[in-house]
Amino acid sequence: MAHSTQVRPFSRRRLRHEALASYAFVERNFFLVRRYWGWEIAFLIYNVTSSLSVMYIGKAQQMPGQDLILYLGIGTLVWSYLRSVFANISEMISWERWEGTIEYTMMAPVSRLTHMLGVSLFSVLYGIARTAVLLLTLAVFFDVSLANANLGGALVVILFGSLSFIGVGIMAAVLPLLFTERGEEMTFIISSVLLLVSGVYYPISVLPGWMQGLARVSPATYVLEGMRATVLDGRSTAELGQYLLPMGVIGLLTIPLGLAIFTAVERYAKRTGRLKRSG
Amino acid sequence: MSVTVQSPAVQRPTASVPAVTVEHLSKVFVRYSLVRRRPLQTVHALHDVSFDVQRKEIFGILGVNGSGKSTLIRVLSTLLIPDAGTVRIFGLDLRADEAQIKRLINRVSVEASFFKKLSAMENLLYALRLYGRAGAGLRADIVEILERLGLDRSRVNQPLEQLSRGMQQKVAIARAFLTSPVLLLLDEPTTGLDPRSKRDVQEFILQLRNEHDATIILCTHDMAEAERLCDRIAVIDSGRLIAVDDADGLKRQATAIAGMPVDTLEEAFFHLTGRDLHEDEAPSGVD
Repeated sequence: MAHSTQVRPFSRRRLRHEALASYAFVERNFFLVRRYWGWEIAFLIYNVTSSLSVMYIGKAQQMPGQDLILYLGIGTLVWSYLRSVFANISEMISWERWEGTIEYTMMAPVSRLTHMLGVSLFSVLYGIARTAVLLLTLAVFFDVSLANANLGGALVVILFGSLSFIGVGIMAAVLPLLFTERGEEMTFIISSVLLLVSGVYYPISVLPGWMQGLARVSPATYVLEGMRATVLDGRSTAELGQYLLPMGVIGLLTIPLGLAIFTAVERYAKRTGRLKRSG
Repeated sequence: MSVTVQSPAVQRPTASVPAVTVEHLSKVFVRYSLVRRRPLQTVHALHDVSFDVQRKEIFGILGVNGSGKSTLIRVLSTLLIPDAGTVRIFGLDLRADEAQIKRLINRVSVEASFFKKLSAMENLLYALRLYGRAGAGLRADIVEILERLGLDRSRVNQPLEQLSRGMQQKVAIARAFLTSPVLLLLDEPTTGLDPRSKRDVQEFILQLRNEHDATIILCTHDMAEAERLCDRIAVIDSGRLIAVDDADGLKRQATAIAGMPVDTLEEAFFHLTGRDLHEDEAPSGVD
């Protein structure tokens, strides 16, 4: 007779355990950020200087009637946020492989949904904090007017955008699980392609036709277009359907699909012995 | 040394089933060529392995590097899916009841495996929250167990990378212990430790069994350690289980094979496997 450790899936105890485990990932990543503070500052300075460089290009090219500085500022801020969310989620496996902790995390009694939830929650909080610092710094250098902006609408766009990027991040996190050495490089390439095709610094209409096709499946495109519609054009939240709908659909599809793929690939990794540390 | 630690919210096994039942377990690793997907190398890491481990037993697994010891531990840890055979842990099936089994086990591997920049406290908080441990006393429990393992209080908040290997291994033991596992899987936990640290860890293993009802599977290639700690010892070679018995029983089996008295476990291992335990690696090359 087997002993009883069965816990009902939605019992209060089980939910408490899963919530605590989710918090474990948030707290752990916060500890890591605190311990790697030197690198955090270095990356932040790099972020600030590259954003300033882009916005100064805008200032040099300033044309009457078009707020190019704000256009580029939105691009650099939104991309900084999305890139941060994507990187934190997609690199969760490669980071743990490198540290040597992956086996302990994967054998812990935590559902993969909880694992992803914790990592995603941290990535959103971290992304917001970094972007806020970046925004405040840029505001010191450039006097941009947000009088026309629909900031509530911008928040809705970021919320939908975060969901869609979490899904894409989870799907990308599969690569380091599959390819012990090369997976992280692949996620870096994905992020680079998203930067190129999503209209971070230019409208996607200037891209060749085939790249515009890629832009239409990138959630970043809709986040950027939605943000510019709310901040630059002051479009009301009710008018954001054309941006929110694709982001919502991408999020609704990619989050469960990403989880399902991750679970299947985890099983594959366990069959082939790939669930181990490297480095 | 006595340690009292609050258990996480997991019911401990009560039924009189063996702690571990392994039947006809096999695991093969195949490395394929990148382009044509042709098998380049096939390694039989475990071949038709069967054994039982009783509750509160310390069960040793002896083998040279590459004999399949670590593969066996990784299967029991739910990190590897076997190709054939069944594994039951306290009556639960390893494949069907993986989530429940994860609540009952923990592991200490030969590498301490921590976030190197984080302190012992930060690493242990993370690990324990994953196992449902929380509450005001958690930090105090961590400090208490680390002190009892011989880690000075002043070291608890230092990054792990600043601690010696022996200290890191003690933190790894504390991580496993604080989750109150009923089955503890130890994969060469004392390899590379100085004699004092080794002794401390061995004492702790005995205490875990004696005072906390833990069942322990211990992979080692330290004969003295196996003889001192283990109730029974399985000898594994090239993925096959050669013999299972207590230390004296293994010596008797070796005496029968050798046709002359075998007095030490090292000699017994040599006669049972045809290998010196200090050989670098078995031909299979997988551990």
